[in-house]
Amino acid sequence: MSEFVRNVRLWFAPEGVRQEGVTPDYRFSLANERTFLAWLRTALALIGGGFAVDQFLPDLRWGWRVGLALALLAAGVLCSLRAVNHWVRCERAMRRGEDLPVSRFPALLGVVVAVVAVAMVVVVLVGWEG
Amino acid sequence: MSGDRDPGLQPERTRLAWRRTTLSGTVAAVLGMKAALHGGASAPAIAACVACGGLWLGFLVLAHQRIRVLASTTAPPALHPRRATAAALCTVALAVCAAALVI
Repeated sequence: MSEFVRNVRLWFAPEGVRQEGVTPDYRFSLANERTFLAWLRTALALIGGGFAVDQFLPDLRWGWRVGLALALLAAGVLCSLRAVNHWVRCERAMRRGEDLPVSRFPALLGVVVAVVAVAMVVVVLVGWEG
Repeated sequence: MSGDRDPGLQPERTRLAWRRTTLSGTVAAVLGMKAALHGGASAPAIAACVACGGLWLGFLVLAHQRIRVLASTTAPPALHPRRATAAALCTVALAVCAAALVI
């Protein structure tokens, strides 16, 4: 947890990142930046999905609709916060010449998206019958 | 300057990644504005619509500044952590806006 707090401090005090180690090859930094942007796009897609559930499934019961939309939005928030955190961690690891950090977040997100998708299928089928 | 261009076109690819991300943000913001104005143009609906538009504009400015830096040199400096945080916070704020609209 203290590691996470230290990372959050680095988001807002960027000088801390640049003081450590040596500047890596700019191409590695740019690749890290593109990975960050790809995660941000994933987050934006999840948020767009949340809006879409709310807008385009109006026949669903209120609870299901709001629940699914909020689950997607929460996943989007987590995804974007994690994107910055992972970017900072990778940048620091590269500066220090360490291995890049591993993460179980992609697997977790995959499971969450799969669960939401299955819930969506069930809800739409049940919604049409009722 | 274009003589020692990076054969992997890393700056260009990164520039296009910022463009793609802006485009994704545009889709999310448009969906948000549509959701906001769905139930008629009341004062809170217009406020939510303006918030979505403002967040989109904020992200566009962040992305455009970075794109200009990437386009200006062949070995651009690394992304500034403050810009990365600001971009992520724009996304989070859009999600908060969405949650407020859904409930």
